[in-house]
Amino acid sequence: MGEIIVITSGKGGVGKTTTTANIGTGLAAMGHKVALVDTDIGLRNLDVVLGLENRIVYDLVDVTSGNCRLRQALIRDKKLEGLHLLPAAQTKDKTAINPEQMRQLCSDLKKEFDYIIIDCPAGIEQGFRNAIAGAEKAIVVTTPEVSAVRDADRIIGLLEAVELREPKLIINRIRPKMVRQGDMMSIEDIIDILAVDLLGVIPEDEMIVITTNRGESVVLDQNSRSGQAYRNIVRRLTGEEVPVLNFDENEGFFKKLKKMIGIK
Amino acid sequence: MLEFLARLFGRDSGSKNVAKERLRLVLVHDRSSVSPQLLETLKAEMIQVISNYMDIDEQGLEVNLDSSGNSVALVANIPVRGMKRKS
Repeated sequence: MGEIIVITSGKGGVGKTTTTANIGTGLAAMGHKVALVDTDIGLRNLDVVLGLENRIVYDLVDVTSGNCRLRQALIRDKKLEGLHLLPAAQTKDKTAINPEQMRQLCSDLKKEFDYIIIDCPAGIEQGFRNAIAGAEKAIVVTTPEVSAVRDADRIIGLLEAVELREPKLIINRIRPKMVRQGDMMSIEDIIDILAVDLLGVIPEDEMIVITTNRGESVVLDQNSRSGQAYRNIVRRLTGEEVPVLNFDENEGFFKKLKKMIGIK
Repeated sequence: MLEFLARLFGRDSGSKNVAKERLRLVLVHDRSSVSPQLLETLKAEMIQVISNYMDIDEQGLEVNLDSSGNSVALVANIPVRGMKRKS
């Protein structure tokens, strides 16, 4: 039986879809069977982030309304055998499905997959209600900005009201240099305000833009910090204890050189 | 370089503290508005406790969250009709 996790944020543009794609890809790379569900009906994007936009035949609404079987709508990833996508419908709106249909869908997926990761739309209206309906766990994504943290707080309250207790937090796009200068809220500041458990921290990284441009996931990039950060999150999700990356080390030339030749 | 000089000569403590303070205040309001029933429950429990000591006008009781400047206060206005006799 699989685990159903919803990825949500309240505010748009903080990295829900990127996070969904990377966590799903990371889990599949570890050999798990993963289904990603895009519930952002009318504004589907998970397909294009994963580079699967040309393979869509059926979508989420086709499944819930009985136009096709679940198996027919699930798209297999190009590289990772265990990774599957159930895309959102693009021509309908959020009222095309209801929470009861989502619960049914989740319980069907649960029989076949180890992890079901649900990408939630921005906002707190029906799209959000649908996305969280069948979930057993929640991950809240935020960035170190007042607007995103405020919305995350609201979302945490709403999740707890429907018994999705103890959501885990991902802080995205942190800029260590600005934090050091006192011009960006730190991990501790945000955890202190929101009073939730931290799942991981992703540094601001150009590689995310570059990999997304290509329809790839940074989690498979062995050389980038953001890829490492996502791999750590994936390992934590599977129950491993992994310390949070330390972004503070300001590696100068000599430090790098010392590292290369093996002193310290 | 400018940044360094600015810090050296004691620029204010960084904009993150402003952000934190503003967030703290706005969240007090957001969180209380998430559950108006919380204030109602609080009110009912206060009536219960105070009634042990005083005779109060339950209809005239008001409980609100007030924020002014950079502090938040729970303001309760409780009309007292009379004191209970000590036994």
